[in-house]
Amino acid sequence: MATPVLTPAQLEPRFDGPIPSVLPRQLVRPLPGGSEWTFELVERYEREIARVAGQYRLDTYPNQIEIISAEQMMDAYAFNGMPVGYIHWSFGKRFLTTEQHYKRGHMGLAYEIVINSNPCIAYLMEENTLAMQAIVVAHASYGHNSFFKGNYLFRTWTQPDAIIDYLVFARRYIAACEQRYGTLEVERVLDACHALANLGVDRYKRPQKRSLAQEQSLQKEREALLQAQVNELWRTLPRREPDEKPEPERAFPPEPQENLLYFVEKHAPVLEPWQREIARIVRKLAQYFYPQRQTQVMNEGWATFWHYTIMQTLYDEGLLPDSVMMEILHSHTNVIAQPGFDHDRYGGINSYALGFAMYRDIRRICESPTDEDRRWFPDFAGSDWRETLDFAMRNFKDESFIAQFLSPGLMREFRLFCVVDDDQAQKLKVSAIHDDSGYRLVRDTLARQFALSEREPNIQVVSVDVSGDRSLTLRHYRQNRRPLANTYKDVMKHLAALWGFTVRLETVNEDGSIESTHECRVEKRKGTAQPDAAAWALTDAFR
Amino acid sequence: MSPIIDRRANDRHRSAINQQRFLRRYRAQVREAVARAITGRKIAEADRDASISIPARDLHEPVFSHGAGGRREVVLPGNREYVAGDEIVRPQGGLARGAGGGASPDGEGEDAFRFHLSREEFLDFFFEDMALPDMVKTQLTVIAQAKRVPGGYRTYGSPSNLAVARTMRGSLARRLALSATERARVREIDEELETLAPGDPRAAQLQAERGSMIAGIAQIPFIDSFDLRYRNRVVQPREIAQAVMFCIMDVSGSMDENRKDLAKRFFILLHLFLLRNYERIEIVFVRHHSSAKVVDEDEFFHSTESGGTVVSGALALTLSEIGERFPVEQWNVYVAQASDGDNWDDDSPRCRDLLVNELLPRVQYFTYVEINDAEPQNLWMRYEEARAVRRNLALGRVRERADIYPVLRELFAKKRKV
Repeated sequence: MATPVLTPAQLEPRFDGPIPSVLPRQLVRPLPGGSEWTFELVERYEREIARVAGQYRLDTYPNQIEIISAEQMMDAYAFNGMPVGYIHWSFGKRFLTTEQHYKRGHMGLAYEIVINSNPCIAYLMEENTLAMQAIVVAHASYGHNSFFKGNYLFRTWTQPDAIIDYLVFARRYIAACEQRYGTLEVERVLDACHALANLGVDRYKRPQKRSLAQEQSLQKEREALLQAQVNELWRTLPRREPDEKPEPERAFPPEPQENLLYFVEKHAPVLEPWQREIARIVRKLAQYFYPQRQTQVMNEGWATFWHYTIMQTLYDEGLLPDSVMMEILHSHTNVIAQPGFDHDRYGGINSYALGFAMYRDIRRICESPTDEDRRWFPDFAGSDWRETLDFAMRNFKDESFIAQFLSPGLMREFRLFCVVDDDQAQKLKVSAIHDDSGYRLVRDTLARQFALSEREPNIQVVSVDVSGDRSLTLRHYRQNRRPLANTYKDVMKHLAALWGFTVRLETVNEDGSIESTHECRVEKRKGTAQPDAAAWALTDAFR
Repeated sequence: MSPIIDRRANDRHRSAINQQRFLRRYRAQVREAVARAITGRKIAEADRDASISIPARDLHEPVFSHGAGGRREVVLPGNREYVAGDEIVRPQGGLARGAGGGASPDGEGEDAFRFHLSREEFLDFFFEDMALPDMVKTQLTVIAQAKRVPGGYRTYGSPSNLAVARTMRGSLARRLALSATERARVREIDEELETLAPGDPRAAQLQAERGSMIAGIAQIPFIDSFDLRYRNRVVQPREIAQAVMFCIMDVSGSMDENRKDLAKRFFILLHLFLLRNYERIEIVFVRHHSSAKVVDEDEFFHSTESGGTVVSGALALTLSEIGERFPVEQWNVYVAQASDGDNWDDDSPRCRDLLVNELLPRVQYFTYVEINDAEPQNLWMRYEEARAVRRNLALGRVRERADIYPVLRELFAKKRKV
C-alpha cells in the first residue's frame, strides 16, 4: 500500500477562482527565517517593521538599536535600564540580585530595554533568536518609542534630549564629591535622598530643558545662591533696631509642601551646597521616572498591542515565514498570560495583559461595536480606531485610562471582581463582580488601584519651627485607616540626617483629628557648619 | 532605517564598582556568611565561588509605604464562583497580595538576601581575619599557571621577542644563497681576466659584465622579513607531583566547636598552599581521643566523643598509613595536627620519640597547632624538644584566627624561594 506523498506540484499555488486583490502568500518572497539572527537580517526586519509602523502613522523619535550581551543587560538592569548611572551600593545590590536569579534560572532577562531618550535607544540581547529580535524591535523601537513621544506625562515631565547628558553630569558630580568629601559622606547623603525619592516629585510645576553645559554652570550659580539664601532664613543675629512690637509669627512653609526632597534641598538649615546638589540629582531622576510609574498598563499595553499588530500585518502580507510567526505568537502569548488570583503563579494584575486587552478592545469597539458598547462608549463606538487609540495613548495615565476605557466585556473576560479587606471585619467581602450592578465599582476600584496617590501614602511638609527649635513637621494624611509600614522610622532617621534638626511625623485621621506619631531627634554633630554657631557662643558668653 | 550598533565589545561589568561598594558596606555580614560557608565546606573545596546569603533586613532601603491594616479594596482577576456579597475566610498571608503591583516592601520579602561571590572574593573574605600578608594572599588566590619555557624559534612574534643573532644568521644565509650564481660568475670572470693579455678588447666587456654582477649582488636586501626569527615559548605543564596531607585532630570532649573551627581554617590554609605546589593531593583524616581512627571528613569534624587523650596512637596510625598507602618515594607527605594540648603525661615522651625517629624523617613538613589559652603542657614541651632536633617541624599556639598564619609562615617563606 502506497503512502500518499505530497509532490512539489501539489504545493504550487493554484488559482481556481478570481485573482484576489491581496497577493496570495506564496507569491511574496518572505523574509528569511531560521533562529540565528545577523545584523543584515535584523536590518531587513527593521526596515519592514518601520514601513508598517509608518502605515499605521506611529510617530516616533529616531531609533538607535544596540545589541548587548546578557552581562551588559544585567548591568543595565542595575541602573534602572539607564546607560549611565552614578556610583552607589544599592545598584551593586540590584546587580547581585539579578545575577543570582539569572544564573540559577529563576528568571530570564528581559529581551530588551528601551530608554526614553532622543534618539530612542533600545538594547537588544544577543541571546535572542531572530523572531525575538523582530518582536522586540517592534515592541520597543516603535511601540514604547511612540508612547514616550506621544503621552502627555512624558511630554511634560521628561526631557529625552537632555537625559543622557544629565546622567553623565550626575555621575561626574557625585564622583567629584566622593573625591572631595569621601565616599562614606556621599553615601550617607545618597541613602537619605533615596529614602525620600518617591516624595521628591513635583506634580504641578513643569521642569525646563537644559543641556550638560548649562546644567554645570547653573549648578555653580545655584550653589552660591542657595547657601546665601539659607543663611538669611536662619539668621538669628539680633537686628540693629528691634521692632516696636513683635511681628505676628509667619507660618513656614505658607502652604503644605508635597515635594519633600525639594523642600529639603531648598530649606534644610545645615546642608552643604554639594549635599543640596545631590538631593537635587536624586529628585530629578525620581521626576524622570515618575511618568513611567504612572503608565505601566498604558505603556506596556501600547507596545504589546503594536508588536502584535505590526507582526500580524507583516504575516498577512506574506513577509513572515510561518516558523517565525509561530515563535512570535508563542512568546506573545506568554507575555500576555493572566493567571487567576488563586493560581500558583498569580503575581498581581499583569500590566501587559490588561493594557494589550484594553487597546484591542478599544479597536474592537471602534470597528464592530455591540449594543452594550454603544451604551457605554457613545462618543467613540464606531469611530476611526486609529484616531481613538492615539487619543487614548496621548491623554491619559493608567488611572484615568482604566476609568475611561475599561469595558464591561473586558471585565467579563478577565472575570474581575472586587474584594474588601477590612481589618475590623472577620472575613473578606466580595463587594462587586463582573455583572451589571458591579461594572462601575469594579472599574473604579481597579482605576484607583493603579493610581500613585492610592499606592503611596500622602505625606507632606506642614511646618518648620523657624524661630524655635527648627524642627520640621510632616503630616501623613491617612486614608481608610491604613497605617504606614514600619519602615517609616528609618525614613524619618534619613530625613533627620538631611534636615539636621528634629523631625516629627503627625498623622491626620479621616475625622480630622491629628495625632503625633513619631519624633526623630538629632544629636548635634561636631564639625558641622552651623550658620549661627558664632551667635550662640556670643549669647552664652554674655550670660 | 535605524542604525544598529554592536555594543557587545563594550565594557562589561560596569556595576563592578557598585558591587564593591555593596560588599564594603556589608563587610561584617558577608564575613560572617563566609565563615558559615567555610564550616559547611569540605577542606578540599574551600576555595570555590559561593552563593552567600546575608540577612535581608540589614540592607533594606526604607521608603514611606502603606503597612498592613485598615480597609482596602482590591480587584482580582479569575473569579469563578463568587457573587457580590459573598464572604471569604481571610487566607493566611492575605488575598490581596501584589494587587496592582504595589506590593509593600515590608509585607512580603525574603528574610535572606542571596548573592554570588567569585572565588577571589570568597578567599578575600576568608583571609581577611586571618592576617595573611598580602603577598601570600595573592599567592594563594591566583591559580597557578603552567610554566612557559623557551621553545625554539618561530617566524612571527612580538618585536620584543626578536632573536637578533638568529635573524642575522638567516639573513647571511639568504644573501649567500641568492647571490651564488652572481658570485660564481664573478669568480669566472676574474679568472678569465687574468688569462687575457693586456689590451684585449674582451677585457672591457668582461669588466662591464663583472660590474653588473656586483651590482646585482648589492641589490639583494641586507635583511628581509623572511629572515626574521622570534624567540618562541612553549607551555610546559607543571611537574606531576603528588602530596598527601594528614589532618590529625584531637576530638576529645575538650575540643569545642570554636576550636574545631580554628583547626579547620588551619587545615584549609595548608591545603590551599599544597594546592599551589602539587598536582594531586590526598587528604587523610585521623581523629583521636584515647584511640585513633581514620575517618571521612564529615565524621572528622562533626561527631563528638569523650574520653581521655592519647596522642601517640594517632602518630602511630599516621605512620602505618604512610607505610601502607603512601610510600615516601612516591608521595610528599605533610602532616597537620591540631589539639588542645591535653595528653597523658606518660604518652608525651613517646610522641617525641615517634616524631624524631620515625615521622619527621619521612615527611616534608609537620605542623602542630595547639588551640589553647592556658599554659603549655607537657605535649608542647616534648614537641619543642623535637623541634630542636628536626627543622621540618613547625609549632604554634593559636587563640584566634590571626594566630594561624604565623605557624605556617616558615613553610610559605621556604616554598616561595623555589
